[in-house]
Amino acid sequence: MKTFVDAFRFMADNPHLLLEKTGEHLELSGAALGIALVLALPLGLWLGHLHRGLFLAAGVSNVGRALPSLVLIAFGLTIFGVGFWNNTAALVVLAIPPILTNAYFAIDTCDRDVVDAARGMGMTGMQVLLRVELPLGLPFVLAGIRVASIFVIATATIAAVAGGGGLGQIIVNQASYGLSGVVAASLCVSVLAFAAAGILTLVRRTASPSHESLT
Amino acid sequence: MPGQAAELVFDEATKRYPGREGAAVDHLSLTVPAGEICVLVGPSGGGKTTALRLVNRLIELTSGDIRIDGTSVKAQNLVQLRRGIGYVIQQVGLFPHMTIEANIGTVPRLYGRPRSWIKTRSAELLELVGLDPSYAKRYPAQLSGGERQRVGLARALAGNPPLMLMDEPFGAIDPIVRTRLQDEFLRLQREVRKTVVFVTHDIDEAIKIGDRLAVIRTGGRLAQYDTPRAILEKPADDFVAEFIGPDRALKALSLHTLAELELGPPADGPTCGLEMTVRDALALLLEKKATVLAVTDEKGAVIGSITREELLA
Ligand SMILES: Nc1ncnc2c1ncn2[C@@H]1O[C@H](COP(=O)(O)OP(=O)(O)OP(=O)(O)O)[C@@H](O)[C@H]1O
Ligand SMILES: [Mg+2]
Repeated sequence: MKTFVDAFRFMADNPHLLLEKTGEHLELSGAALGIALVLALPLGLWLGHLHRGLFLAAGVSNVGRALPSLVLIAFGLTIFGVGFWNNTAALVVLAIPPILTNAYFAIDTCDRDVVDAARGMGMTGMQVLLRVELPLGLPFVLAGIRVASIFVIATATIAAVAGGGGLGQIIVNQASYGLSGVVAASLCVSVLAFAAAGILTLVRRTASPSHESLT
Repeated sequence: MPGQAAELVFDEATKRYPGREGAAVDHLSLTVPAGEICVLVGPSGGGKTTALRLVNRLIELTSGDIRIDGTSVKAQNLVQLRRGIGYVIQQVGLFPHMTIEANIGTVPRLYGRPRSWIKTRSAELLELVGLDPSYAKRYPAQLSGGERQRVGLARALAGNPPLMLMDEPFGAIDPIVRTRLQDEFLRLQREVRKTVVFVTHDIDEAIKIGDRLAVIRTGGRLAQYDTPRAILEKPADDFVAEFIGPDRALKALSLHTLAELELGPPADGPTCGLEMTVRDALALLLEKKATVLAVTDEKGAVIGSITREELLA
């Protein structure tokens, strides 16, 4: 109990430090998540639409699970050198599997009859995807993004090991900040992860059942 | 958007699914004149759905051709072709995330029609298929199976297509609602006059709905193509005879209504309308254990009578 009280005291005493590190943490996570979304989301959706590339969607998620992020960071060290982009690259690789896999299966498993009707009425492939398949698969797509964001925010902590910024810098440096600092920073990471998950759940609630009417 | 009815020609149309022995549709040749209803009947797995989907190219022909008003479906832009064909799929397939109104407005929206136009059109079509305008704002999940099938029909009609493909549109519905939907569909067809290809494996429905029947045997081969009357009177072979059933003489009676018969002077007896089929009139006689029926006009006034002997003649 005392640890927590100390942690909160640490927060009260060092608001600027924590804010700054939280900012860095968010920046790193946000960049990684953004890049992963741009790479994986369209690819997953389109492959699902074509019902092709199951091996890719399923394979990527298995590889992703098997590769410990630290190994990735180690790899990154040699390729990009120490710093922000190295860490970002590692986190991107971590975020891609849940996004890609969920996007693929969300679209691939859409009700065939409904998609059939859409095609039969003369929608183009893109119209079928955007007007029918995506709205129907949206909850599952968002669930993938949610998992990815929790992964990324939690794992971004390790970035400090590879010379990155963020809350991890406090956590791996108990010598300077003390146990209370480590716990305070950890609490901040948890809050961030929960907040991100909460926001995405909220988006999912408002977007689904994503009802479309004429008005 | 398209308009009037189109003539549909199957010319040696053949489909073989890769990796499957034998054809699903085998050298199918038949012509559906503009404005007529052609019913495809046959056993399950006979290739009816495949034949329909060859027309809007949801399935591509292996060989042969299909022409709409003389133009091969192969020569047309896929999207344009499909927008010009109303398609009611076997499983209805309404968009669950859209209102009924938005569902019905799908094709007009693809044509870029303005919102106000679509609203008016949806309301019109709801009325046409016998649903209350208040259904416009509901979602498919809030409708019964029969109501959904009507919406599916309205949706297929919305683009005013010259050709309609209907795959068991009244399947999975109880007999009473089914009969009502069939009657409504026939009334609708008198108003809108489309060329219709209608799939069913219910021979009674085929006889009632079709201007012509195409009896398809397993393997997608055409067994007989003719009017219901000709098929009932002269089945081409044992397969057709067996498919239409041993009671074909009785079924033939449902092709005629009392309006076509000469009535006797008004008499006492159970009453029936002029539009009743001879088959139903006989059933009524048997049920009431009567020998004569009083025939009424639309207003319910007795205008004549008909006896059992006259019905059977
Ligand atoms: N995509 C497909 N790939 C391979 N074979 C298929 C495919 N679709 C249908 N078939 C086969 O083609 C044959 C005809 O099928 P089709 O769906 O056209 O029959 P149907 O007459 O509509 O049957 P039902 O009355 O049960 O709806 C069947 O043997 C079926 O298994
Ligand atoms: Mg079928």
